[in-house]
Amino acid sequence: MIVLDGVSMAYRTRQKGAVTALHGLDLQVADGEFVTLVGPSGCGKSTVLKLVAGLLMPSAGRITIGDKAVKGPRREMGFVFQTPVLLPWRSVRENVLLPIEMLGLPARGHAERADALLAKVGLGGFERAHSWELSGGMQQRVGICRALVHDPEILLMDEPFAALDAMTRETIGFELLRIWEERRKTVLFVTHSIPEAVLLADRVVVMTARPGRIAGIVPIALPRPRTVEMEYDADFKAAALEIRRLIDQGGPIGHHPGA
Amino acid sequence: MVTTRAPDTGSGPAATPNSDASPSSRFADLGRWVAPLVSFIAILALWQVTVVVFRLPRFILPPPLDVLIAFGTNLPTLLRDSLVTLRETVLGFFLSIVVAVPLAVVIAASAPLRNGLYPLLLLGQSVPKQAIAPLLLLWIGYGEMPKVVLAFLTAFFPIVVNTAIGLQMTPPEMHDLGRLLSASRWRVFFKVTFPSAMPYFFAGLKVAISLAVVGAVIGEFIGADQGLGQRIVVASGNQRTELAFASIMMLSLLGIVLFGLVALAEKLLCPWYNKA
Repeated sequence: MIVLDGVSMAYRTRQKGAVTALHGLDLQVADGEFVTLVGPSGCGKSTVLKLVAGLLMPSAGRITIGDKAVKGPRREMGFVFQTPVLLPWRSVRENVLLPIEMLGLPARGHAERADALLAKVGLGGFERAHSWELSGGMQQRVGICRALVHDPEILLMDEPFAALDAMTRETIGFELLRIWEERRKTVLFVTHSIPEAVLLADRVVVMTARPGRIAGIVPIALPRPRTVEMEYDADFKAAALEIRRLIDQGGPIGHHPGA
Repeated sequence: MVTTRAPDTGSGPAATPNSDASPSSRFADLGRWVAPLVSFIAILALWQVTVVVFRLPRFILPPPLDVLIAFGTNLPTLLRDSLVTLRETVLGFFLSIVVAVPLAVVIAASAPLRNGLYPLLLLGQSVPKQAIAPLLLLWIGYGEMPKVVLAFLTAFFPIVVNTAIGLQMTPPEMHDLGRLLSASRWRVFFKVTFPSAMPYFFAGLKVAISLAVVGAVIGEFIGADQGLGQRIVVASGNQRTELAFASIMMLSLLGIVLFGLVALAEKLLCPWYNKA
């Protein structure tokens, strides 16, 4: 269980002085739950992930994971970044094994696990390829495998599919769900795409900007496993509309339907 | 792969311009070699004609043919001198790597040290190396050492600056990953930071190797009894201009070979660069 209790985050900039990025966040995420955070840019979605990861410390409030307060970075986190950030001198397999090496564990003992993960995302046979030989979608699949290789309990994903085209995005989203359904890890997934947020999540946390706060939490009643057809389901549309309304109430930033 | 492509009959006509492209690209490859060769020969011809038409005395400007003959007949001497200059250059070059890389690591790792050292480096770089060459002679004497030091001084700066920049180019996500997995700074450094900086390091080396040759030659100009730089000075003094030109030719060959070796090392050690 991840618990955010009155979490605020402020930082200082030279131009604006103190800026409140997040204000009074209360959120509970159950073990094995898939939660998406959606909201306009500047609402502090990514900051929430960094706070949960222990990479940043809140300026007020507290975060606990399974009764333990988060006081610093924790290794039971897998982090998928917005861009894959693969190391070009390493093969695909070696990139996946990077966290194992960072932990100081023998990479060789985990090679099998890395290959199994790669096979699950359809990259079997690409273990020895290099990142420059892969498409953007394939690279981000490697990024997901890298986040999972040390078998973390919590998976934090920061707009991982933002740079991909719509088709790839959908495919890779369903692949992620398939992996998640095998071993239900707790997932916090940041996105600015409402359909993506609905299709993946058990619950969608809607955030608004300046300062970032939670506008509402929308439970998604769609059954699992999720399918593409569900996007045309009445429940899906109702949830998407509710999220849209919650964002629009947040202020002028939400009033650009195209954004 | 072939079987998956077979039903794709639509690609039939598209294959024709493709197969055309390979001989035409071979022609373009040829053009890449022929064009500079032609302009090079044209310059030599113009040079030869100028010397003949204006009846320039040999000691002012020898015709290219004489330079080539001088190059051929003096080849043993020129090779011996090349080895001397090569040794000074390479020693200075490696010395600059040995000093510059740790310094770059320090500069990249610590902001206070960076702020403290960078102005000093810039100040040092703004001093023309030719200007301190006579002093080096005064301080370290007449042997090989002042040339090595000059090569080192000229080559040093681009290596420090480029490597320091490269070491600061690590994606911030990688630092986050390191922190999440509580990896030590050294582990992140060796696994991510240092390899990331390699292309920048080599960019520095490519500039540095050419400068190291310059440094060594300046050292020889000031005072030496062997080396290509010294050969140029002596040949000019004796009005044996064709030998001076032949030495210059040897010097540029030396520079090209050294640059090529650094470029080769880069290709072997960072095969991913230019592909990523």
